[in-house]
Amino acid sequence: MTDLLLEPTTVPMETVYCMPQALGSQPTHYCPGCTHGVAHRLLAEALDELNLRERAILVAPVGCAVFAYQYFEMDGCEAPHGRAPAMATGIKRVQPENIVITYQGDGDLASIGAGEILHAAARGEAITVIFVNNAIYGMTGGQVAPTSLTGQRTVSSPFGREGVPLQMSELLSVLPGAAYIVRRSLHNPANIRKAKKAILTALKVQQAGLGFGMVELLSSCPTNWGLTPPQALQWIETNMLPAFPVGDYKVLDAVKEL
Amino acid sequence: MAKGTIFIDAEHCKGCTLCALACPQQVITMATEQLNRKGYHPALLTDAEQRCTGCAICALVCPDVCITVYREVHAKAGAATPQGG
Repeated sequence: MTDLLLEPTTVPMETVYCMPQALGSQPTHYCPGCTHGVAHRLLAEALDELNLRERAILVAPVGCAVFAYQYFEMDGCEAPHGRAPAMATGIKRVQPENIVITYQGDGDLASIGAGEILHAAARGEAITVIFVNNAIYGMTGGQVAPTSLTGQRTVSSPFGREGVPLQMSELLSVLPGAAYIVRRSLHNPANIRKAKKAILTALKVQQAGLGFGMVELLSSCPTNWGLTPPQALQWIETNMLPAFPVGDYKVLDAVKEL
Repeated sequence: MAKGTIFIDAEHCKGCTLCALACPQQVITMATEQLNRKGYHPALLTDAEQRCTGCAICALVCPDVCITVYREVHAKAGAATPQGG
């Protein structure tokens, strides 16, 4: 069908990129330039590549990604605020053959859900967590989050945030139950490619039953940062990367052999 | 150089400009007059000189998955691999 949209050409064309099967065609409600859309797409591509869509169950958080289960063409459910790892634990234990993924923002995972994520990682639950860190509460209008940077101005810290951001990847990486904890960024094409590889690895970790896996993705929030989408990506590079260095925080030897 | 083209779903585009800034060939521009149903100025392919290589970087950075990328298939090349991410 899409070929009809092309101008007539004598050289045959192949499709090198189209919407992944695991992603529905419904437009997302995210603000223009918000990298939640990129994170959704990377997860969908990874599920397609590993052919896991029919077995995958997504646990959506409370926050901007609250409707995530509507955007993916796979099973999903909605957890109470912060409780996605607890719900995912239950689903995974009842249906261990399925791939259970939670998709959480920083307000959900690092604040109200800090207890749940900590204990899920400590228990070594074989779930995959996609942690979207944009250093602010997005859906509620831009309040300070545990991950907000020191001095960051938000609507609830108009003179700059006091204290230091909570580094979840570093925190969880010291737990024995964690098998794969990495941080990636979504601010430019090279880093987006690396993020995709990390998500693929995290899903393989769950397939192999090696333990708890989490991919933290540094993401932009142009609306609540008060920046244009390109400026927001630059802000990630300038301000977030020094506070949240990208890298592998825990990779078991068994993961490297995958 | 391999040639390609893209299709931008203008109705799903939110006009964030990230694809236009990421395009190495600078063949994506933002509409100034045209509006879509959501009220955004969508991205447009303006490639009169056929400079698009089908590198798919625009699709990689697009948060709304609006872009489909096509690339010419050359018999001799055979190395056209998807770079969707």
